[in-house]
Amino acid sequence: MQRHLISAADLTRDDAVLILDTAEEMARVADRPIKKLPTLRGRTIVNLFFEDSTRTRISFEAAEKRLSADVINFTAKGSSVSKGESLKDTAQTLEAMGVDAVVIRHGASGAPYRLATSGWIDAAVINAGDGTHQHPTQALLDAFTMRRRLVGRDAGIGQDLAGKRITIVGDILHSRVARSNVDLLHILGAQVTLVAPPTLVPVGIETWPCEVAYDLDSTLAKSDAVMMLRVQRERMNAAFFPTEREYSRRYGLDGDRMARMPEHAIVMHPGPMVRGMEITAEVADSDRCTVVEQVANGVSIRMAVLYLLLGGNEPAVSHTRIEEK
Amino acid sequence: MDNQDTSDHQASDARPVLEGPDIARVLTRIAHEIVERAKGADDVVLLGIPTRGVFLAQRLAVKLEEITDRRIPVGSLDITMYRDDLRMHPPRALARTEIPGDGIDGRLVVLVDDVLFSGRTIRAALDALNDIGRPRAVQLAVLVDRGHRELPIRADYVGKNLPTSLRETVKVQLAEEDGRDTVLLGVKQT
Repeated sequence: MQRHLISAADLTRDDAVLILDTAEEMARVADRPIKKLPTLRGRTIVNLFFEDSTRTRISFEAAEKRLSADVINFTAKGSSVSKGESLKDTAQTLEAMGVDAVVIRHGASGAPYRLATSGWIDAAVINAGDGTHQHPTQALLDAFTMRRRLVGRDAGIGQDLAGKRITIVGDILHSRVARSNVDLLHILGAQVTLVAPPTLVPVGIETWPCEVAYDLDSTLAKSDAVMMLRVQRERMNAAFFPTEREYSRRYGLDGDRMARMPEHAIVMHPGPMVRGMEITAEVADSDRCTVVEQVANGVSIRMAVLYLLLGGNEPAVSHTRIEEK
Repeated sequence: MDNQDTSDHQASDARPVLEGPDIARVLTRIAHEIVERAKGADDVVLLGIPTRGVFLAQRLAVKLEEITDRRIPVGSLDITMYRDDLRMHPPRALARTEIPGDGIDGRLVVLVDDVLFSGRTIRAALDALNDIGRPRAVQLAVLVDRGHRELPIRADYVGKNLPTSLRETVKVQLAEEDGRDTVLLGVKQT
């Protein structure tokens, strides 16, 4: 029995809507004085982080603890991984400890898939970001934020994002957030336009279910949501654009550009934001910017995913693609 | 909502034991009993257990308002996350939990459900209430009590006691969800 969440592309439309609807109920738990449910009592979840990510890890940790799971945090730094232990050995150690689920963040694209399909471990595997490949819970929380803002909190139940126009701007080449979002938004019926300097557009993008543009200004007026990506300085190992200033001028979102968006349109950012580079402080602090909401929604989405994958004796979310392989 | 046993129920061999007017009458009686026992229903909050318990709670609230001339807070309490059989089935889609604005602290909460069977749903509901607040007291109103309790739980207000065998199924249909009001007694298909 497969019970993993590796890629947003593995989800069907109904699965994705079920996760969003479940998250809407989970969000209500956050409004209560006692933010805890007994649902995963007695289950052990390991947060296996080979790559630093405080934000994603504490989001998962909060979700796991709200569902009463036992949580073990594992960071590669200072562990046997830094002494040369392989992913396989780590997995087998966790298996021997009787872990029920592994939330994995890895710098190598495909590591969660390998963990889920190699037979090293029986536990559910949830991808918390692998290389430049996928970050499915991020895409789900983004879609959740869009559905709440663009369709409505209660009106959105059972709905997808059909007909919504989403623009994703910035470093598409290195972005697992962009990849996951394109997959999921397509599944949910939205039209996605990617905007980036030509050097930051990956090879083979014509096979992605989205449009590509190189000019931000021409797309703003017809966007329901504009998602700014972080310029990943740590991955900028080649001259992808001449100067930061030029990038900012052509692809940064400032007050003027925001004013050209439709009135209902929102500005999103997966965080961490580099203020002054891809987004100005004026935009980042405006009411239309959903960055803080996205963080809160992240906990609800992760609770929903954990509940649907681990809550019962078999997952409620189907994974056709993995099962075919 | 102990009606998972009714999923394989077939309408053809089921016979109605309560029809529309009976259900209305039964709810009127329960409303009067609540007012009598709660001495005016001043602090009553009705919480229905999804799906059909919520509709019954809403109908009871209307009747209570007619009797007391006061607005009665009504909400819904989804108990899915508190079930003790979660690991025996695939996870179920969550239903809505809606607690009235003033909360339940210090109030008399009347839980409302359609069928009382093993008592496990009510056990879960009591746990869920614990996480939401601290009511002054909790009472239970059900449309049908079919027996076969597995836990020491009983209802304060019962629409109809329906002695059943475990081979039988009880299905409640309400106009809001099913288009008509009726309680059907059938035989489990094996």
